[in-house]
Amino acid sequence: MWWKILIFILMCWVIVMAFLTPAPQQMIGEASRIFYFHVPQAWVSVVAFLWSMIFSIKYLRRNELADDDAALAAAQLGLVFCFLATVTGSLFAKVTWQSFWNWDPRETSIFILLLIYGAYFALRSAIEDPERKAKLAAVYSIFAFITVPFLIFVVPRVMPSLHPSDSIVDKSGKIAMSGDTMMVFFPSLIAFTMLFFWMFTVARRVLGKERRYLEES
Amino acid sequence: MPTTSIGLMTKLLAVLKKDLRCEFRTRYALNAILLFGVTTLTVVSFSIGQKSLQPAVYAALLWIILFFSAMSGLAQVFIREEETKTATVLKLTADPTAIYLGKLLFNLILLLILEIIIAPLFLVFTDAVVSEPLLFILILFLGAVSLAGATTLIAAIISKAGVKNALFAVLAFPILLPLLIGAIKATTAVFSTRASGFASISGEIQLLFGYAVVMITASLLLFEFVWDE
Repeated sequence: MWWKILIFILMCWVIVMAFLTPAPQQMIGEASRIFYFHVPQAWVSVVAFLWSMIFSIKYLRRNELADDDAALAAAQLGLVFCFLATVTGSLFAKVTWQSFWNWDPRETSIFILLLIYGAYFALRSAIEDPERKAKLAAVYSIFAFITVPFLIFVVPRVMPSLHPSDSIVDKSGKIAMSGDTMMVFFPSLIAFTMLFFWMFTVARRVLGKERRYLEES
Repeated sequence: MPTTSIGLMTKLLAVLKKDLRCEFRTRYALNAILLFGVTTLTVVSFSIGQKSLQPAVYAALLWIILFFSAMSGLAQVFIREEETKTATVLKLTADPTAIYLGKLLFNLILLLILEIIIAPLFLVFTDAVVSEPLLFILILFLGAVSLAGATTLIAAIISKAGVKNALFAVLAFPILLPLLIGAIKATTAVFSTRASGFASISGEIQLLFGYAVVMITASLLLFEFVWDE
């Protein structure tokens, strides 16, 4: 229970302080406050993907449908956060780069992540039998995750990045944020990650109950 | 049951030979792939007309043709087993590794035939000029290996998912994207008139090679779970 209260306090802190502290990027101005929400969302969408893959591996090892519920729950939440990150990023791009979409490397990778999530759900919806569905979806999830390092290597070669490359970590690897920014950004990162894991436990329980209900009836 | 390397090789070739023979009797997959390739090539050629385009556009068009032609027929090698209900018998006679490698080689042969026919036709129908023929062949070959390596497992998933052929391209595309980007970049360099040799595309070649190795290894590990389902 205590950590749900902590999420609440952290979220309130982030929402209030994101608007009270000076904007994180003076050059961009007030619009750069979206940084406090956009970056954690993108981070969570990747964590969720990783989490889903871990439970997929677990499912293949132990063959228990409960692990598949967890993998599905993580993927569902990941899709929501991926969508939010895409939309907030697109709005931010309109303000700073004058267009909603321009195939910046990070825009490309988040778009591919959306496509992979989409393909994962398309595959699941195509199969009736729960065991077969779980197994094939798990294999696909692992197979898709393996390609991610290639994307990180290959995509920046197509287009130069418009993303501010030194907003979080500068070229020498040190954290390049002012104290005020850090005081909001890191709580936000923690709050969003905890929020994901909380939603994950709830979604997993719901999916498990649903599955058992269908099995009984 | 331990398998010796000689046993694996024999079984692998037996699976390949059986698939080639089945294919030769009906020629369904080959016809589908080749005719799809020729049709899209014709559409591309008509829409370009007399115009001469940038090398990057030619490279993209060539790989779009190859990608969608491959998508139209590569799943057939597993779908056939499900349609004729021979998957169980095959399961009894050979281990998953041999089956996967046999099917992979079969798909690779299909892709190479496709490329041998489509690539020269593409050069004839459009104004694209190859400045480095040997590098072009290397890129096409590595592209075929990567394409076959990544799609054979997806083909197995599709066949087990109740032959949902429409899903094949949807599932394969996000996984194939690094390969397609790399291959298109390398082909662009080969199509441009001022070629600078192997050094200019060595990064892409490494990418294609690494991608093929990783995807085939991952498929070998994961294939068992799909096949023994």
